[in-house]
Amino acid sequence: MTTDTARTPARAGLRIDFHVWGPVVALLALIALGAWLNPNFLSYGNVTNVLARSAFIGIIAVGMTFVITSGGLDLSVGSMAAFIAGVMILVMNALAPSMGVGWGVILVGMVVALAVGLAAGLVNGLLVTQARIEAFIVTLGTMGIFRSLITWLADGGTLSLGSAVREVYRPVYYSGLFGIAWPIVVFAAVVVLGEIVMRKTPFGRHCAAIGSNEQVARYSAVNVERVRLATYVLLGVLVGIATIMYVPRLGSASSSTGVLWELEAIAAVIIGGTVLKGGFGRVWGTAVGVLILSLIGNILNLADLVSPYLNGAIQGVIIILAVVLQRQKKAER
Amino acid sequence: MNAPAPDRRAVLEARRVCRSFGPVEVLHEVDLALVAGEVHALIGENGAGKSTLMKILSGYLEPTRGELLLDGKPVSFSSSAEAEDAGIVLIHQEFNLAEQLTVEENIFLGRETRRGVFLDRKAMKAEAARLLAELETRVGPDARVSGISVSDKQMVEIAKALSRNARVLVMDEPTAVLTNREAAVLFRQIERLKAKGTAILYTSHKLDEVARIADRITVFRDGTRVAHAPAGEMDEDRMAQAMVGRELSNLFPQKAPPATGEPVLSVKGFSVGSVVADASFELRRGEILGFAGLVGAGRTELMEGLIGIRESRGTVEVAGRAVSIRSVRDARRAGIAYLTEDRKGRGLLTAKGMRENLTLLALDRFARLAIDTRAEEEALTRAIEEFDVRAPTRQVRVGNLSGGNQQKLLLAKTMLAEPDIVIIDEPTRGIDIGTKQQIYGFIHRLAASGRSVIVVSSEMAEIIGLSHRVVVMRAGRVAGVLEGGDINEDTIVRHAMGLEGREAA
Repeated sequence: MTTDTARTPARAGLRIDFHVWGPVVALLALIALGAWLNPNFLSYGNVTNVLARSAFIGIIAVGMTFVITSGGLDLSVGSMAAFIAGVMILVMNALAPSMGVGWGVILVGMVVALAVGLAAGLVNGLLVTQARIEAFIVTLGTMGIFRSLITWLADGGTLSLGSAVREVYRPVYYSGLFGIAWPIVVFAAVVVLGEIVMRKTPFGRHCAAIGSNEQVARYSAVNVERVRLATYVLLGVLVGIATIMYVPRLGSASSSTGVLWELEAIAAVIIGGTVLKGGFGRVWGTAVGVLILSLIGNILNLADLVSPYLNGAIQGVIIILAVVLQRQKKAER
Repeated sequence: MNAPAPDRRAVLEARRVCRSFGPVEVLHEVDLALVAGEVHALIGENGAGKSTLMKILSGYLEPTRGELLLDGKPVSFSSSAEAEDAGIVLIHQEFNLAEQLTVEENIFLGRETRRGVFLDRKAMKAEAARLLAELETRVGPDARVSGISVSDKQMVEIAKALSRNARVLVMDEPTAVLTNREAAVLFRQIERLKAKGTAILYTSHKLDEVARIADRITVFRDGTRVAHAPAGEMDEDRMAQAMVGRELSNLFPQKAPPATGEPVLSVKGFSVGSVVADASFELRRGEILGFAGLVGAGRTELMEGLIGIRESRGTVEVAGRAVSIRSVRDARRAGIAYLTEDRKGRGLLTAKGMRENLTLLALDRFARLAIDTRAEEEALTRAIEEFDVRAPTRQVRVGNLSGGNQQKLLLAKTMLAEPDIVIIDEPTRGIDIGTKQQIYGFIHRLAASGRSVIVVSSEMAEIIGLSHRVVVMRAGRVAGVLEGGDINEDTIVRHAMGLEGREAA
């Protein structure tokens, strides 16, 4: 079977093209549809808005790609982002009087965000690799814990960043580099680096090997526990980075911050062609998946074809379709 | 079933049964008759065709030629369910029990008693309790299977068979997983079943056991019946003799003179979990050291302990220096590489291509920060050439390669780590004869080039044809180390079966 398809490059090419480029084709189709429905769709303002808003989920989804590729899962990232945002705001508010309002305080806040993200990822990773509890269970638990902690920190309400600090911090979300908003720049950088790490480094190769068959990886001298742990830590740090970009947008954190981000991130990873049960991951696909998800919402808002309330339904259909297409590809091989 | 006096006529009989897998015939015109109230032992080396015949008798396989007679009338079973309906039940070596269900639920699985649309739990529980009591087990119908002992599971399997009114019970190495005491209980139950008129087919590698419980013995070798006799006429020595003794072809390269080099690996007092106890041996430079023994003797576990996959105790010295190996990485650093017997489960990523598989073990040789894909491709080209890997394309998924080519790729992968000591577990399992010869040649050249090789194999011919010295293991211990003229099937089997004096020092 394989011999036949390989000897007829035209057919093989077509087939691979469809599978590899499927998400891209879907993305282009959505862009064309959006442009056709509303001339403002391709305006600088709208494009920046869509990309900057998808940056949070996007940065997290890149980390999620590594976790899923190595056969894991992390449901806690949404709650984790809210918790990190809360801690970050509390720290900056507490330090502002003594350190003065300025970039110093914000830098400390950023370091705290990264440190808390790293620690949270470490907790998830250690529970999965050392205590040998299933990733689904571990992160279901920490999801509840982080969510509850932010509610407690905010005393059931909202934690707000002091307005003076917020004024200094604002440009991190609203301004940019050569007219490209910072969140977009960071998202792009994370995607490019992630793609290189996944494709070109032993770490990426080991992730795929572990997700493909943990036993084979173990027998091939791969440090399975350490690589697994690293994927959760990496994801935690990326959640920290996403939060750093998110806090200046609203300047607050509450128990409703980051709700359902984990599912959107996982959905983006799957739409992008990464296999849910691990063994194969594609970072650029994840980026495309994130864009597809946020474009659907954007188009529904701009056009009055379908009620925006049906956003979730359409996203759901897309996710299921993506998996069906993945399965077909498998059956064909 | 109730006839207390054994009926001398065969309940189930196989006549001139042949079975082929693809072009290969593995069973050649064998006869076997099971008589009510008799234990019929079927013995033979691994791959002699015992399992195949058992599967044919119990409906899992159909014979290619020949016929089955049930009560003297020809029958053919198209599934194991049909055979079970006829009263023939196979008890698998690894049990077919749903671990999370209770004993009672397992006994009646798939044939639950009902009252209307609901399960009649009361009736089932009563029946299960009756069956279990009959088998003298203490386990109750409400116990969860995951929580009961291995011997109790065996009893549940038997109870399950009885609940299906089994007239013929086929038992595949039932004592392989039992302790001696548990086995004694099993033998008592077998006696009871016999007395009730059940015909039993029994396989085991333990000849003392066979001598003790069998009424009739059939010996298979290479898919043919080489001996059958009433148990009284066959002692353990004769059984062993009948099992071995096949001619060695010139599959194997001319043996190099035994290595006299310095020891490169010396293992002392090595124990792995509860499976391997106090094993000691030495491997010399340029030597091929065979590891023989029955399945379950602890050879694979010993090797996996050596490379740090399993927890172990004991001293290991590589080239005279004590090393502590806790992981495959440690083993690699010490220059030891291990080729697993489980190619698809532990050796290769079947969903990936050849390049990713080839370099996985020695990936650090191809990467500082980033992986040098071009160097990988070059390595693949060399590996394909050197090991004669025949793949339809370079991009083929490894799962689509033939077993022989997978094994060659696995060899190439292992050699890329440049080990000084290579441990090969079942080097030719499931591989055609041509590829076997290539692999033997490769192992031979490996040793000739000054590396040291351990070959673990259940194929006697392979051990004898390749090894300079042979370590025979039995029940987790080193039963003897054979050299020169002692390397023959008879001596190896006698050590493996525990018939040879006490442990050779």
